[in-house]
Amino acid sequence: MIHRAPNYLLYLNVLVIATCGLIYELLAGTLASYLLGDSVTQFSLIIGVYLSALGVGSWISRYVETRVARTFIEVEIALALLGGLSAPILFVAFAHIAWFRILLFGSVFAIGILVGLELPLLMRILRDHLDFRELVARVLTFDYVGALVASILFPILLVPRLGLVRTSLLFGLLNAVVGLWGTYLLRPLLSQRGLAGLRGRAFLVMGILVVCFIKADTLTLWTEEAILQTPIVYTKQSPFQRIVVTEDRGAFQLHLNGHLQFNSRDEYRYHEALVHPAMTAMVDPRRILVLGGGDGLAVREILRYPSVESVTLVDLDPAMTGLADAFPPLAELSGHALSDPRVTVINRDAFVWIDESDQTFDAVIVDFPDPGSYSVGKLYTTRFFNLLRQRLSDQAVISVQCTSPLVAPQSYWCILNTLRAAGYDALPYHAAVPTFGVWGFALASTRPLKLSADGGPELASALPQGLRFLNRSNLASLFQLPVDVQPVETLPNRLNDQVLVRYYDQEWRSGG
Amino acid sequence: MLAYLAGVPLLGLAGCDGGRAFSFSGDLLNPNYSVAHRLRDGWRPPPPEGDPGGRRVVIVGGGIAGLAAAWQLSRRGVEDFVVLELEDRPGGTAISGQDGEFRFPWGAHYIPAPMKENRDLVALLEEMDVIVGRTTDGEPVVGEAFLCRDPSERLCVDGRWHYGLYPDQDATESDLRQLERFQQKMIELAHGRDDRGRRLFAIPMATGSDSAKVRALDRQSMAQWMTDNGFDSPRLRWLADYACRDDYGLTLEQTSAWAGLFYFTSRIPAEGTESQPVITWPEGNGRVVRHLAEHCGDRLIGGQTVVKVQNQGEGVRVEAVDNAMLASVAYVADRVIFAAPQFVAPHVVADWNASGRSINSFHYGGWVVANLRLSQRPSERLTEMCWDNVFFDSRSLGYVTSTHQVGLDHGPTVITWYQPLLDDDPRVSRAELMRLDWSDWARVIVSDLRKGHPDIESLIERLEVMRWGHAMIQPRVGFVFGAEREQAAKPIGRVHFAGTDLSGIALLEEAFSRGVSAANAVVQADPKSRA
Ligand SMILES: Cc1cc2nc3c(=O)[nH]c(=O)nc-3n(C[C@H](O)[C@H](O)[C@H](O)COP(=O)(O)OP(=O)(O)OC[C@H]3O[C@@H](n4cnc5c(N)ncnc54)[C@H](O)[C@@H]3O)c2cc1C
Repeated sequence: MIHRAPNYLLYLNVLVIATCGLIYELLAGTLASYLLGDSVTQFSLIIGVYLSALGVGSWISRYVETRVARTFIEVEIALALLGGLSAPILFVAFAHIAWFRILLFGSVFAIGILVGLELPLLMRILRDHLDFRELVARVLTFDYVGALVASILFPILLVPRLGLVRTSLLFGLLNAVVGLWGTYLLRPLLSQRGLAGLRGRAFLVMGILVVCFIKADTLTLWTEEAILQTPIVYTKQSPFQRIVVTEDRGAFQLHLNGHLQFNSRDEYRYHEALVHPAMTAMVDPRRILVLGGGDGLAVREILRYPSVESVTLVDLDPAMTGLADAFPPLAELSGHALSDPRVTVINRDAFVWIDESDQTFDAVIVDFPDPGSYSVGKLYTTRFFNLLRQRLSDQAVISVQCTSPLVAPQSYWCILNTLRAAGYDALPYHAAVPTFGVWGFALASTRPLKLSADGGPELASALPQGLRFLNRSNLASLFQLPVDVQPVETLPNRLNDQVLVRYYDQEWRSGG
Repeated sequence: MLAYLAGVPLLGLAGCDGGRAFSFSGDLLNPNYSVAHRLRDGWRPPPPEGDPGGRRVVIVGGGIAGLAAAWQLSRRGVEDFVVLELEDRPGGTAISGQDGEFRFPWGAHYIPAPMKENRDLVALLEEMDVIVGRTTDGEPVVGEAFLCRDPSERLCVDGRWHYGLYPDQDATESDLRQLERFQQKMIELAHGRDDRGRRLFAIPMATGSDSAKVRALDRQSMAQWMTDNGFDSPRLRWLADYACRDDYGLTLEQTSAWAGLFYFTSRIPAEGTESQPVITWPEGNGRVVRHLAEHCGDRLIGGQTVVKVQNQGEGVRVEAVDNAMLASVAYVADRVIFAAPQFVAPHVVADWNASGRSINSFHYGGWVVANLRLSQRPSERLTEMCWDNVFFDSRSLGYVTSTHQVGLDHGPTVITWYQPLLDDDPRVSRAELMRLDWSDWARVIVSDLRKGHPDIESLIERLEVMRWGHAMIQPRVGFVFGAEREQAAKPIGRVHFAGTDLSGIALLEEAFSRGVSAANAVVQADPKSRA
């Protein structure tokens, strides 16, 4: 008889059930605020939907008249499957389906109903064996203890150690264990018929969850989970990329497809180094082209020069060039650069635009993402730099962001060698950006670049007012390469043989 | 039937799929065979009115071969020619299409970069600014924009994409050893010379060896050759089978070993170990067609089906039916270059039967080519979309992406899907081609693409299907070095022949070279004729 099972086992059951229930709710809330942004709204919505579903579940329990024990076990197995797979399914679905919210709230509601069914059923099973007063007190106590356990484990242990997907799968497994265990514990209350099937299903569900648990790493969105450590304040999935802004100690960080782009705390170092060497290399640059750089921060630096008449910014993603509107702190950080009347924004693949355009520019700031894919790698090919040449005025100077020369020396020097193979005179230079470490750039021109006595490029115009990082003398020092940043021989990156993407992949995978 | 008679491509009954509707629509297309079918059914065109137009050369057919002949005639100073083409637009099996900003191929879509020995093709590509220079040893340098962009190809096995075409997942030591030995063998064959110093396999094929040893290869299948040479690795055989299906529309068993080895060896340079890189354009070889057609100007006349070519004394009489008006036009030419496929010749060339020829061994395979306009790229995980995207476990050849060479990697695109019909009897394939309707093909194509792109169906905006009944000549066992092919290339009186089928393999290089050779022959035959 069920009496023979020690009481603590029954309470352990309650504890596990309660923990699982709260974990699913926390998972859904976290996932929603992570994927959809605006965590306050997401969390309140999830809690609301979940609590009302609990009510519906409890209410439905009254319609279970016979075979209460079997129903309880069925509920556990169903919950194991639904709750356990909730995070992986939602993560994958987010990238692929348009009606994500329906799926999200639908699954939260369904899980809520199942969890709502659990305790009433369990209490009915136990009521013949315990004094009612005792029963209510104990069960509710363990229920609340379970909630406490969940709420402590979730942020401290589960999310940082396991991540959302594995947490979800792990607690699904626990539900399945409770279900399976129930078939033994409640054996006297179950008919023989269908018992094997019940156990079979429990094992099947456990099998599925275990396989998913082992395979969880291959879920692509895994990488993005890493950045969950800091709170997300804005997120958007554009057709081109996932844009996530996090906030940490009073500064914000932009991530594209999980790769950190800048930290508002020290981005000025990066952008000053990217922009000013090219802008000061000629007298009164007037027409400027920015490729990539949809955040507007490079444009902010360019607009410091009174000689600038027009800035054309070509960035693939309207969601990126519109980010300053959607996320006001960025507008402020960029000094509302993209709303300046001198600035024209074009959303087009730069590779295509550069061939279609017939304008020429005095300076070009090339601020593409790192060449981590072939579709970006094409923007660092001899073909691209040859096309770019047609967009350059006579004296034009360009600067190119070139990834880290320390972490990825082959990639860095490959970009310089590619520029040279395309007929440019190219100077390597670097700057320290705390968030990234040592960062690499190239200054290039189709004419020989003039050098000054201090080894830096000759400054044809003065640095503008208001810089926080550069002055005349440390600008020159950017061009003095440290001993650990010395030229490496590489092939040039060609459109039909993108060695750069392979170098980059190797170097960042092993070193980054 | 009405649609055939009217000469308009058949419109598919869009959206019906045995009760399940697709959310997209499209047309079911085919080459225009309305006049051909009418002739077959006993219809006789009205006699031509007025005096026949005199021309030094009339070229029948505006495919690559006919257009190349016209181009070469000009280069040799002969400007008095016309090209009569059955379709409204030139190109034959190298035509292309356009939809807004997208251009895409309907057939031929690439050429391997020619080596310096292929002088005429090099000259053409120089004229097109595709070849932009020479290396110190005189090898052509192709402009970076035209070499197939990296990543060029990938293979989908069990729903997972991997770069490259060799199915290397779970390949054993022995698989890899065989692959390497096979590659070594191909290099060896590419570097081999016969006792007259010719390459064993060269492009154009007529410049390669015809020694007994080489001819013998044509008498066995590629499958047999691989078995005889100890190449039994299933992975390697898949790769070779894919190559045969891709280039010839034949299986490993159906392809002559000569043709199979030709594919793997003819593009390896004398000093090199790698095959020549691939040249491609968004519209495929349609770019070459456009260039050659522009050169012809108004001497290229579309919508003209040539129904009769007859040697008459010092000239040749040519009769054509204007497809639009169904009126006849006659020409009298010093010489004719017949650059339509050989299967047309018996019906058109008057002296053909008397010449004692036969084309029983000329087999032309059926192909289906579909162009799909996508609203978005399918979502990708392990790889990025390539130019050539192939499914391991499929009868299709996969698809090429038209925007790949442009550098557009996001948003809408057009992809071109290919499938040869592999029946042993091509007539069975042609019957099947005509039997299946648009929704049959849509179902086949969507379920094929779904193997690598589970979300594909929701992305398709249009799907157009081209049915090529006589898509390309098939180098089956014994054909290439058979008597019929060698005979077919010879002139009948003042009628010279061109066309890729005379080479036994369907390649731009061959069609081009046949066209150029025919033009050269015409110029040499009567150098001082009226210009
Ligand atoms: C699906 C497909 C894919 C291919 N892919 C490639 C590839 O990637 N690379 C490659 O090199 N090759 C490829 N090929 C082969 C290539 O298309 C041919 O080798 C080449 O273009 C053939 O040219 P052609 O002029 O010899 O023949 P065709 O292209 O067949 O041209 C013959 C022309 O004659 C016309 N004609 C026929 N009868 C008459 C008549 N009575 N009067 C007037 N005109 C007539 C036809 O309309 C046609 O335009 C492919 C072929 C197909 C079908």
